[in-house]
Amino acid sequence: MMPLGDILPEIAVLLTAVIIVLLASFLPRHLQWTNAPVALIGLAIAALLLFSQANGEGRATFSGTYALDMASIEGRLLILFATAVTVLLSPRWFESDARHGEYYAMLLFSTLGAMVLAGALDLLLVLIGVLLSSATGYVLAAYHRDWALSVEAGMKYFLVGALANTALALGATLMIGLLGGPGFGEMAAALQAGEASPLLLVGLGLVTVGMAYKLGAVPAHAWLPDVAEGAPAPSAAFLTVVPKIGAAIALARLVSLFPETDFAIRALVAALAVITMTLGNLAALWQEDMRRMLGWSSVSQAGYLLMAVTVTSLTDHAIPALVTFLFGYATANLTAFAAITHLRGRTDRSDYAGLLKTAPLSAIAIIVAFLSLVGIPPLGGFVGKLELFLATIDGGYVWLAIAALVNTVVSLAYYLRFVTPMVLRAPSESVLQLGSWSCVATTIALISVAAVGIFAQFLIGMIGVSAFLPT
Amino acid sequence: MLTLSILIPLLASLGLFFWSDVTKEKARLVALGASTLSLLCLVVVWLRFETGPEAPAFQSVSEVSWIDALGVAWRVGVDGMSLAVSLMSGLLFLCAIAWPAETKGRARQYYGWFLFLQGVSLGLFLTLDLLVFYVFFDLTLVGMYFLIGRWGHDNAEYAALKFFVYTLAGSLAILLAILGLVLANGTLTFDMRELIAAQPLGGTDLRSSLILLGFLVGFAIKTPLVPFHTWLPLAHVEAPGPASAVLAGVLLKMGTYGMVRIPFQMMRETFAAYTFPLAIVALVAILWGALVALGQTNLKRRIAYTSVNHMGYTVLGIAAAGAMIGSESVRTLALSGAVTEMVAHGLITGALFLIAGGFQARTGTYDLARYGGLARVTPFLMVTYFLAAFASFGLPGLAGFVAEFQVFAGTFGVYPVLAAIGLLGLVVTAALFLMMGQQIFFGETKPEIAMVRDLKHAEIWPLAVLLAFVVLIGFLPGWLLDMIQTGSAFASFHPSVGQ
Repeated sequence: MMPLGDILPEIAVLLTAVIIVLLASFLPRHLQWTNAPVALIGLAIAALLLFSQANGEGRATFSGTYALDMASIEGRLLILFATAVTVLLSPRWFESDARHGEYYAMLLFSTLGAMVLAGALDLLLVLIGVLLSSATGYVLAAYHRDWALSVEAGMKYFLVGALANTALALGATLMIGLLGGPGFGEMAAALQAGEASPLLLVGLGLVTVGMAYKLGAVPAHAWLPDVAEGAPAPSAAFLTVVPKIGAAIALARLVSLFPETDFAIRALVAALAVITMTLGNLAALWQEDMRRMLGWSSVSQAGYLLMAVTVTSLTDHAIPALVTFLFGYATANLTAFAAITHLRGRTDRSDYAGLLKTAPLSAIAIIVAFLSLVGIPPLGGFVGKLELFLATIDGGYVWLAIAALVNTVVSLAYYLRFVTPMVLRAPSESVLQLGSWSCVATTIALISVAAVGIFAQFLIGMIGVSAFLPT
Repeated sequence: MLTLSILIPLLASLGLFFWSDVTKEKARLVALGASTLSLLCLVVVWLRFETGPEAPAFQSVSEVSWIDALGVAWRVGVDGMSLAVSLMSGLLFLCAIAWPAETKGRARQYYGWFLFLQGVSLGLFLTLDLLVFYVFFDLTLVGMYFLIGRWGHDNAEYAALKFFVYTLAGSLAILLAILGLVLANGTLTFDMRELIAAQPLGGTDLRSSLILLGFLVGFAIKTPLVPFHTWLPLAHVEAPGPASAVLAGVLLKMGTYGMVRIPFQMMRETFAAYTFPLAIVALVAILWGALVALGQTNLKRRIAYTSVNHMGYTVLGIAAAGAMIGSESVRTLALSGAVTEMVAHGLITGALFLIAGGFQARTGTYDLARYGGLARVTPFLMVTYFLAAFASFGLPGLAGFVAEFQVFAGTFGVYPVLAAIGLLGLVVTAALFLMMGQQIFFGETKPEIAMVRDLKHAEIWPLAVLLAFVVLIGFLPGWLLDMIQTGSAFASFHPSVGQ
């Protein structure tokens, strides 16, 4: 008998997606928006089911292939929340699209992929999660079929993705072959006994490349700025946040399998972290396009995330840091993209002049989101970065913390480059806004940025005492 | 009570933010009311404050949990040092808010940001939790960024950006050092009292030295000490007068206050090992600040550089106090001088910057060459200027003297040569303030400024209050020194206890 009860949240999401596919094919055009509330209800049910799983313990289910620890539960809750915000952003944005009901189904399938990644304790399951999340992601990025930029974003996402997913599959094959099985538990046992072989390292490197693609980290980051700029704004909000959550947790689980010595995996991840954050920051410095800048900033944030992955199982703070940082990053990035969607996708820096006067809610949301991304207390990003620095120093990677610190100072410059005209310049024109759906989404996201900071105790307290599977 | 004095301005600031159709007068009244209430809360704490050697390390303590898993909580409490500095800050904020400012049609936001800044500044001085300290340290940057950027003069955007980036770099260095210090302690807690008692780090090994360096660099940027001072003159010149007063009077103190509270108190042995280089840096700041100030032709720039000079005295006092040589009474004297200097400099320079703002509002320029012969036109302005200037270079009978005398007397007992060289700074500042006064007030009255008005009532009383305290401290320093020397910062320390 399969313990189906353990994956009820996933089943809820899946069923909702199926219902939406059916509804979308029969509903008339002017009622396509009703799929949004359906999606929200499905997400809410999934979240409630997840809450019932959260008891502070960690256990594996389905013969040890799926984790129900706090990292997985909090990660999946965050994925559901991010999806819900994206759903709220969509009805008005896609209003002119005749068949946009299917968009919600695509979102939910992609959500499912990310959820699987957050819980996977098996390399094959990781592969399935990545593929599900990617295949749907291409569609989400290119959803404006008639708009060149959107198609280009989807194309770029697809090309980089095809390469990275191939690398992942190849690497997984090598690792499974050399370690005797796909389960993380058996891999860890084999790794404790065996020594590093060149082929195993190649496999591991390829898997890391595959995960870097989902994270938006070097060397597979090239799609992120294009997707942020060209994809429909709700898709951009979704794709810069949700896949990262699943991938970060999956990669952390993978790294935790390796003993502290003999394997160069942590040094590799640390190097990727520094390169990613530095590259993302330097590229963001001179952007004149808000969404492209956010894309590069999202690359640099992936670099910070990798810091927590680096010190996984070297310190007790690593997993709390990873999850808290994910919460801080996700809420802030969602807020920024929600505000941009609310402003009908306005993206040129000069168009933001005087926005604090003409569109106060959006302007405040963007400013608060940026301050949180920099790590200004008491916002969510601050607690995330604090935990991150604490974990990195405690794990013995002080140089990594210093590199992140220098990068944080640099990042302030480009965020402020966009804040300054909003606050200080005179408004140029009247501002068109998208209506109440995106207004609600922006407000919710904005509140969540502050809430993550102020109620961080709930996040950290639960996860601090829970085991991180499979160790 | 302490929590209230932090929350009242913050809540009032939030209120102003949402009260969109408030008039300028009402906004100002709300700001004045909140600021006064906050100061009154501090005064109540002051009245209940016990002085003397038997007093507890921290008083009026209260605690509310925040992130238990990290040992972070809302903890507030005062010792003599923090009470003195926060009383000064509350008073200066009240005066800066009362000062009639050019709000550029955005009075609501202007007063809102001022109240925000008051709340977070008091929070920084009153908290007993390292992380909350850091939180407030960062928030002051945000508040000041907006005040300079939105209400500053021509080049305000650039000045605000430079200020933010510089001081954020400093505050992140502090964050890393805080984490290093906390992790070195056995249990994970950010409680200042426990960390002071535990002294988690000692000696001069690489880790302790780096952590100390992180703190000192971070606080040196804020203070600012040469060579990290270059953001200061720019920020001051571009900021509006009252914001400059608060920047110099309150925000610079965060650097020196932090230096005493954290590295000096929490890692005494390591700090002691590095006091001599710190004293030399302070000496450089004293001389550099004084000499560069002498060369300035811009009124505000000149006062800004004297801040570098004065904060140099404070750091010199702290360095002398932290050295484990010389007698304990001498070191107590040096530290007491440093803290008094914080209070005195806040009052005096706050007044000076308000006066400078007054000049700017009347003539539209800070260029000294455009001034001359104002004595006949604006006698009140002249009296307040000279009183503040005399106090600033340490004329006996005024607050600056009490502070600088103690600093130098204390330093002579520890580093006699440095103290002797440092005295040169006093001579130079005396010269530059007198020359500036001559330039502005004596000689031929320049025709283009002959029509300026003297001080208005709304300008007189903030200056009068600030300068009254300057005179009071100058003549009767006893009550202030008793308060300052009570509690944690002045508790005697014996190296063997820490181990």
